[in-house]
Amino acid sequence: MNVAIIKYNAGNIMSVDYALQRLGITATVTDDHDIIRTADRVIFPGVGEASTTMHYLRERKLDLLIAGLKQPVLGICLGLQLMCRYSEEGNTRCIGIFRENVLKFSPSGSPETRLKVPHMGWNKIHDLTSALFRGELENQYAYFVHSYYAATGTETIALCDYSVPFSAALKRDNFYATQFHPEKSGRPGSQILKNFLEL
Amino acid sequence: MLAKRIIPCLDVRNGQTVKGINFVNIREVGDPVEMGANYAEQGADELVFLDITASHEGRKTFVQLVKRIALHLNIPFTVGGGIGELSDIEALLAAGADKVSLNTAAIRNPELINRMALNFGSQFVVTAIDAKEENGVWTAYINGGRIPTDKELFSWARECEDRGAGEILFTSMNHDGTRNGFACEALSRLSESLSIPIIASGGAGNMEHFAEVFTSGKADAGLAASIFHFNEITVPQLKSYLAERNIPVRL
Repeated sequence: MNVAIIKYNAGNIMSVDYALQRLGITATVTDDHDIIRTADRVIFPGVGEASTTMHYLRERKLDLLIAGLKQPVLGICLGLQLMCRYSEEGNTRCIGIFRENVLKFSPSGSPETRLKVPHMGWNKIHDLTSALFRGELENQYAYFVHSYYAATGTETIALCDYSVPFSAALKRDNFYATQFHPEKSGRPGSQILKNFLEL
Repeated sequence: MLAKRIIPCLDVRNGQTVKGINFVNIREVGDPVEMGANYAEQGADELVFLDITASHEGRKTFVQLVKRIALHLNIPFTVGGGIGELSDIEALLAAGADKVSLNTAAIRNPELINRMALNFGSQFVVTAIDAKEENGVWTAYINGGRIPTDKELFSWARECEDRGAGEILFTSMNHDGTRNGFACEALSRLSESLSIPIIASGGAGNMEHFAEVFTSGKADAGLAASIFHFNEITVPQLKSYLAERNIPVRL
């Protein structure tokens, strides 16, 4: 199976490559349009800032390429956010595969109960409704690191709660995305990556 | 609900994990990758690898080691120890580290925090602060707790957050090595005055200390080294103890 990991100016790309290696898959980390277009699976990972990353993607026409892909695509973390319509981070128009908008968590409440931002660490994913989550993953913990979140909507296939319920994962047609990092989420995470490869 | 994190810390010298009490009788005890994977399997939420190698050659070995750790570990990990330059940090990120902790370098050159946050994102930047309380004042120390600075813990931690740090790893030098519990008062004040997560370090001696640090200490994560390495407490034991006390942990 040919798996392409989209290479761009973001962190954690190697982590995804390593996680696939643990599953016995050697992926290609690339920004080559032809390799990405013809891959069996495409992963769009990333940690970074929305507006600078979108600018980088647009310069290389990777935004249009991603939107036009036909094979199963998995966005991770910033990847999910950039596949949405709009992000409050840097007031950014994103790729627009998903209808949801990306909003910032606001630290509110008294000092005693105030939530920390970023939402960093392990939290439960629930109300899972996709083949991406086959194998008893309901209420398992996944690893999150983010300050912005996609609201919930008809494309939500997993929920997580952090002051508000938000989309832990989204799906439309062949496009899947998780806000958490399956590559860093222990066994449940490996299971999700495996499920993605078997879709 | 977001789980409280349990973080074993491994000291690495010349590519080997070492154990020692207060840096006395340091023994080399094995492969950091194997030990890390073992902790991950037991349910550790994250790991910290601290490079205590002094030599330049050792630094290169450490980057190679970080690559192996990233390849084998399926949970997040932080690396730290003697990081001074942006180029060191880039090498560690490229090798697959999830976070880098800065201590002395951040105090000597606070601008480094801004540059890291801007280049790699705040989630990548952990500021480690070693501080000691004397006459009611918490002073930050550098060079492994050897040199006092003019930075006061709470204002320095606030400055780190403002500059873009994603987490604070606070070690109380008054508590470190005592095994009498964490610095809960200072931790709780720190936690309430900042909006980024706080990792508590220094003083863990038993499971009750972790329960305290997550309740009265309001910490987001608890870090310890020797109690885990010497198998006095195992991660699964600790987590079920905390769960019984209604402290949210990942089981």
